Amino acid sequence: MSENTKQKVTLAKALNMGLRRAMEDDPKVLLMGEDVGKLGGVFRITDGLQKDFGEDRVIDSPLAESGIVGTAIGMALRGYKPVVEIQFDGFVYPAYDQIVCQVAKMCYRSQGKTPLPMVIRIPFGGGIGAVEHHSESPEAQFAHTPGLKVVACSNPIDGYWMIQQAIAAPDPVIFLEPKRQYHADKAELDDSATPDPLFTSRVVRRGADCTVLAYGPTVKTALKAAEAAAGEGKSLEVIDLRTLSPLDMTPVLESVRRTGRAVVTHEAHVNLGLGAELSARITEECFYSLEAPVLRVGGFDTPYPASRIEEDYLPDLDRVLDAVDRSLDF
Amino acid sequence: MTQAGFGPDLAEVFGPAHQAHEAGGAPDLVQLLTPEGERVEHPDFSFGDGLSRDELAEQVRGFFRDMTLTRRIDVEATALQRHGELGIWAQLLGQEAAQIGAGRALRPQDYVFPTYREHGVAYCRGVDPLLLLGLFRGVDQGGWDPRANNFGLYTIVIGAQTLHATGYAMGMQRDGVVGTGDPDRDAAVVAHFGDGASSQGDVNEAFIFAASYNAPVVFFCQNNQWAISEPIERQTRIPLYQRALGFGFPGIRVDGNDVLATYAVTQAALQRARDGQGPTFVEAYTYRMGAHTTTDDPTRYRLSDDVERWKLKDPIARVEVYLKRNGLADQAFFDSVAAEADDLGHRLREGCKAMADPQPMSMFDHVFAEETEELRVQREGFASYLESFEGARA
Ligand SMILES: Cc1ncc(C[n+]2csc(CCOP(=O)(O)OP(=O)(O)O)c2C)c(N)n1
Repeated sequence: MSENTKQKVTLAKALNMGLRRAMEDDPKVLLMGEDVGKLGGVFRITDGLQKDFGEDRVIDSPLAESGIVGTAIGMALRGYKPVVEIQFDGFVYPAYDQIVCQVAKMCYRSQGKTPLPMVIRIPFGGGIGAVEHHSESPEAQFAHTPGLKVVACSNPIDGYWMIQQAIAAPDPVIFLEPKRQYHADKAELDDSATPDPLFTSRVVRRGADCTVLAYGPTVKTALKAAEAAAGEGKSLEVIDLRTLSPLDMTPVLESVRRTGRAVVTHEAHVNLGLGAELSARITEECFYSLEAPVLRVGGFDTPYPASRIEEDYLPDLDRVLDAVDRSLDF
Repeated sequence: MTQAGFGPDLAEVFGPAHQAHEAGGAPDLVQLLTPEGERVEHPDFSFGDGLSRDELAEQVRGFFRDMTLTRRIDVEATALQRHGELGIWAQLLGQEAAQIGAGRALRPQDYVFPTYREHGVAYCRGVDPLLLLGLFRGVDQGGWDPRANNFGLYTIVIGAQTLHATGYAMGMQRDGVVGTGDPDRDAAVVAHFGDGASSQGDVNEAFIFAASYNAPVVFFCQNNQWAISEPIERQTRIPLYQRALGFGFPGIRVDGNDVLATYAVTQAALQRARDGQGPTFVEAYTYRMGAHTTTDDPTRYRLSDDVERWKLKDPIARVEVYLKRNGLADQAFFDSVAAEADDLGHRLREGCKAMADPQPMSMFDHVFAEETEELRVQREGFASYLESFEGARA
């Protein structure tokens, strides 16, 4: 349904448009989750979709995450393509067993006979002043699970394309949406453009002195840091990873070989997070190009704190710049 | 959706899940005080037996006061949220009778596992209402000591606490504080949750454990008809209280807007538990008058007609009518409660605004009872990072 229209949209709107287009393109696509119908989801990402596609395709489910994911598995086995919404990151855990033991292993267990194309959308990350369980970054838990693909969008354009690509993908995809960005910035969306493939990383700012790796909500932070660093004569290259499992290392390695330095930033706890994996892989592949150890800037290894101090917990521009300086001073 | 050959429609057998009970006392709804403020009797549950007229009046006046103050806590917190002092607030407007009835039926040795909306129960347990605000303001994750008042911390993940409650009750059994016949010793647990929560696996597993071990736990469900935008019909096809039967313990539906009835029913259920007769499911049939939380917009999914109808069943108004009509309270009493509510409101406003943000470094506290070296290094690293700003941020 490419009408070749261009409009400025938020990430929330872009995801809504992407879901709509996927539902128009494929009658097997269904949405399931708590409050996704009349309310349009607590973030309004599915706004208006039940009205237009009906209750059989936009399914308000009982308040039971294990049930939502578990029944979505059955739907997928029956040939549907369920797109499940988990209301907040911290509420994915009741469904954790279904995701890691069932969703992730169905293809393997059946020796490829019952692959499971489904999408589990999770609004993730902090910075919205919420109470506990509403600001978590559980990506490493899923990226650590073989059989799941994990992606994170960071901007409206990617949101629009990536959700459609995830739905079209033949494997289960954990689709992470930076909730803090839902209504933050608008971008011009050209729905006739050709998007990058889903499982690829992208250089979003060119630079020569240090590579900053980010995804989801920290892409904006990294770009701000690069802007600030430029004012001090330092040139940062920023890569939006976009795909967390599989990782697309090609642009990362190419970049680090040039800059000799890498700083990884994510909101999730540093210990055993994505940064650890990236650091290991960069060290293995670029050892002789490195001028400094790979540094990580992330959430501390504490539970996500009370919202009045979350800004201290979240990696911000200053902490990214501090790590860049430490890297450059090495 | 009658399935030919598979028996009758469930709704025909059990009645629809959503029974409005317009005129009060439907047969399966325990009610002792009508919306019009008339005392009615129930064959199984009673209120005020053995009390003198003065004692009874005093108790009902107490309920009125408790509900009025609870409503003020709620109204004040909602206003504080609007003024940006709280990040969010889970309103209880309309659920005062369910909570005060349940809360007042407790004995000190009983233990409560709340969800996130039990402000009235917290008040009954003696938790300073100001402490409730900390969580919603974002200065802490529950500022009270759960052991001080036998009132657990608020639980945000739906249904999780019902299992904790059951396990705690199993602990009580092992400690020999169930069925001894000593009223100061025998204890029970109440688990609070909503109608939406009844769909969670955890809640169903809690039912199984409680039934299987005959645990002294009362499952107190406030069926306020909605789980955010989803009506009760999305969670169940039969009246909720009838679920209990399938798990092997009694279920009772009580008029959740009738404080006398919620008190009587909860007290009976608690006594059963304390006596060693096992779990009970209490469905307090009520209505969420406000939004789900201050970030919700109920106009998107519910009819204002429903709200108007439920306003007529206001839990506080009916007690007021009863007290006045029967000469059980004079104007001086109502004035003093109003003045007390104003004082409480004032104290909450001032107290909330004065609540300081935590120190950034405090986020490293209490991750463990015994801190790890790893975390200590991280804490020190962050401390020196903050110091590098020469006091600008710390
Ligand atoms: C496991 C889990 N899933 C989703 C949520 C988000 N959520 C918070 S409250 C709520 C509705 C709860 O409804 P109900 O259990 O009826 O209680 P009520 O709030 O109406 O008192 C939802 C879906 C959550 N807190 N926990």
